[in-house]
Amino acid sequence: MVRLNMMEFDSRENRPKNRLLSEKLCVVNIGLEQFAADLRQMDIPVVHLDWKPPAGGNLRLATLLSKLED
Amino acid sequence: MSFSIVNKIRKGAYIDSVALMQISRQLKELDGVDEAGLMMGTPANLRIMADAGVLSDIGKTAAPNDLVIAIRARNPSSAETALKKAVDLLGSPRARESGLVWRPNTIRTAVAEHPQANLAIVSVAGEYAAAEARKALRNNLNVMIFSDNLSIEEEMSLKQEARDSGLLVMGPDCGTAIIGGVPLAFANRVSDGDIGIIGASGTGIQEVSCLISRLGKGISHAIGVGGRDLSLEVGGMSTLAAIDLLDEDPGTRHIVIVSKPPAEQVVARIFDRIAQSPKPFTICLLGAGKKSAPANAAIVSTLKSASEHAAGNKLRVEGDLTVQSGAPQMKTPGLTIRGLFAGGTLCAEAQIVLLDHNEPVHSNVPVPGSSLPDGKRGHLLLDLGADEYTRGRPHPMIDPHVRNDFLIQAIEDTAVGAVVVDVVLGYGSHENPAAVLAAALAEHGDARPQIVASVCGTDRDIQGRRTQISLLKDAGVLVAESNADAILKALSIVRERDGG
Amino acid sequence: MKKDNRSKIKKANAEAIERMLSGDPVWIDVVPAGQIIDGLKEHLILHAGPPIGWKDMCGPMRGAVTGIAVFEGWARDLEEAEDMAGAGEFEFQPNHHYGAVGPMTGMTTMSQPVMVIKNRTFENLAYCTINEGLGKVMRFGGNDSEVLDRLAWIRDILGPGLATAVRDLKGIALKGVVGRGLTMGDEMHQRNIACSALVLRELSPALARTTINSSELSEILTFIGRNDQFFLNLAMAMGKAIMDPVRNIDCSTVVTAMARNGTDFGIRVSGTGDQWFTAPVEMPEGLYFPGYTEADANPDMGDSTIVETIGLGGFAMAASPAVAGFVGAGPASEGFSYTRTMMEITLAQNPEWSIPAMDYTGVPTGIDIRRVVETGLTPTINTGIAHKEPGVGQVGAGVVKAPLACFEKALIAFGEKMGVA
Repeated sequence: MVRLNMMEFDSRENRPKNRLLSEKLCVVNIGLEQFAADLRQMDIPVVHLDWKPPAGGNLRLATLLSKLED
Repeated sequence: MSFSIVNKIRKGAYIDSVALMQISRQLKELDGVDEAGLMMGTPANLRIMADAGVLSDIGKTAAPNDLVIAIRARNPSSAETALKKAVDLLGSPRARESGLVWRPNTIRTAVAEHPQANLAIVSVAGEYAAAEARKALRNNLNVMIFSDNLSIEEEMSLKQEARDSGLLVMGPDCGTAIIGGVPLAFANRVSDGDIGIIGASGTGIQEVSCLISRLGKGISHAIGVGGRDLSLEVGGMSTLAAIDLLDEDPGTRHIVIVSKPPAEQVVARIFDRIAQSPKPFTICLLGAGKKSAPANAAIVSTLKSASEHAAGNKLRVEGDLTVQSGAPQMKTPGLTIRGLFAGGTLCAEAQIVLLDHNEPVHSNVPVPGSSLPDGKRGHLLLDLGADEYTRGRPHPMIDPHVRNDFLIQAIEDTAVGAVVVDVVLGYGSHENPAAVLAAALAEHGDARPQIVASVCGTDRDIQGRRTQISLLKDAGVLVAESNADAILKALSIVRERDGG
Repeated sequence: MKKDNRSKIKKANAEAIERMLSGDPVWIDVVPAGQIIDGLKEHLILHAGPPIGWKDMCGPMRGAVTGIAVFEGWARDLEEAEDMAGAGEFEFQPNHHYGAVGPMTGMTTMSQPVMVIKNRTFENLAYCTINEGLGKVMRFGGNDSEVLDRLAWIRDILGPGLATAVRDLKGIALKGVVGRGLTMGDEMHQRNIACSALVLRELSPALARTTINSSELSEILTFIGRNDQFFLNLAMAMGKAIMDPVRNIDCSTVVTAMARNGTDFGIRVSGTGDQWFTAPVEMPEGLYFPGYTEADANPDMGDSTIVETIGLGGFAMAASPAVAGFVGAGPASEGFSYTRTMMEITLAQNPEWSIPAMDYTGVPTGIDIRRVVETGLTPTINTGIAHKEPGVGQVGAGVVKAPLACFEKALIAFGEKMGVA
């Protein structure tokens, strides 16, 4: 049975305030380099990661890591 | 075999040993050089050089603080050349540029170096995307997940975690967003303004943001929530978070929501939340049928009407949309429409318009009321960006050439009376999609069904909307002012042929 | 359950870092090894790296073993020593199992004087022999009369001489020396000249005061003064003294030791106790002295990687950028990249050991096996390269990486211990 994900209307005050729409955008880009290039052209601060699949793509180790990582 | 040994001493000269070793290595590569050494004249080093057969009587007199240049070569001239080169290299401090641009390997390090980072864009292969998105959230970043192929469980888990941390997850499969006027991924350069958009898909956001911009208004933010956000399982978590954000944003006055038909209970939740907002909403639930809206919301069925309603005015018809003289005429009049779409939501909107006119519609991504292609009579609207067409092939927005085969097929199909295409501009899109289309048509000369296009973009996009329209018109394509208008025009063409 | 594990690990690692940073290593004495190392006895030979047997030892290690056997008087000559070794008459143990470390072949035996470092915070002791200097030495497998005579002089004159001076000074605190050395171009693995000079400066007055025989004083000062790498052995013992209290913290993923024996590279991890995780050593990439090439190189060897374990050496390359030039044709500016890359795999920066040229960034401290496996970035080590024939000596210097397999094995063992593998 599918668990219905109903949003509890816990008071929004309890959750930390999200400043994404009010702050200056500063992006970390993981994946397609074109996105970072486009942002740089717009003078938006962006860091492009030199990213590789975790544990070199070794599924067993990556799964183990996901259970042990911060 | 004879050889020449040449030594030179520089008294009291100190050069770092690594620099010296690098110079030696360069000398060894010279023609005729057997061995070379540059070392300070300590007893140990002199012994090394003697053992290597490069030390002459001159070199043996060196003191520990002297620099010894020692070369063994095949003949005197090679030795002298090498010696000159050594002196040269020692004399010029290298202003060699490092080719290395250091980049962080992990989100963690990126954030450590850039503590003001607030958004991660994840576009790695689907199997890794969830893990990266999670790391982003753990590092207090909002996330835009461009990747698709995440499981619904992963999506639920990420959005729950985001909610608990006060962060936003856009996507998965979020191709378009605009934050503070900054276009992200596949997006257009639209006017800034006070209309916010929450969209379940890329091209839905693109079309609405471009139309609103052309209607003289502007966009504050466009938040992509992914195609499954309003499913029963996900329950609209990102949509609700987006409504919170836009409600709190003083720069947003009106909110447009664009989505496919959501699950019933989820609709109720969303409407309840909307009713609590002080701001007016325009809701476009493509194919949802009639619903009763909250008091502060209007429900419309197309992207065009959503844009017009939010902007408060209507799109003007641009130029003459009658069939141009000189445009190729059909030999056999076909009565069906073939739609070849790069944008999934544009395909959905086109289906809805036809269904509203009681037309039979088939599609590979059918909205309620359409059916999958089954060989029976009716219009065929294809989303060419869907999975089955993009396995191992580029997406048609990136490379419009992949649409060409379908175009030729449609042109040669005698049952087809009109072809509708979307030409999508902006970041990420091909640099000249109109030219690609025009070239494909040029090869096909004469008799063909009418091609009707809409151009989703603005004049500020790199491709230039006006330029693209000119190219299309020159190729005999009718250009409608919106995707909805394009399908309507195509319908009027085939109905005319059908005798009304 | 998952969240439980993660917070345990976080807490354990915080404890590990705290212990590392609060260490207070002091050089307090020089003592014959047999008088201070528990369990050291006749026919027991401590070597560098993880456990290894005679038949697997590389050329230089065998040369050193036979040489030290003769030196200790267990064999009459090198040939007899070789026979005895083959017959199993010597016991071989890693230095690390006895609170010691040794560079290259790392021979530690009863009568050799060892420098004693005390970590005053935790009161533990660590030991390392005195650096023999450059050229034909036992740490490169040298074993002729020149080598043995020098070892005898070290045993009879240098060791006792240093002991008296160090005691007279009531010890020399080492953390501050390293801090200064980092501002002077040292990284404490391949570059130790500044720290060596600083220590000699402290020792000289004490030596002058306490060495009765003036020709001995002169020999001692000359010997140390000529040795650019004198401080290496102190840095190593310091590293051991700092890391030993970090061992055996349940649930910690911090690396407590890295060591090589010329065949295998081994690491130990706090949360998995004294278990060694080994893999074949890699070949250094570097530059060679005149007359030598890669074909002459011995595989990576020595306990000196304890220096990288505490954030120095290859980790502090930004402080000694010339060393970056050993790899390929890299300019000195790439030294920064190496240090920044090591930050990807460590948990903290050391506020007391900072690099001015990098805006006083503290050296990357606390290698986390999870981060190594996640990123595939392995510790970068600055190392000397020995000739593969015993006794020839150093033939070059370069950069070598710790094998990824060690960290993968460690992660799996750790995972099993945490009940999640």
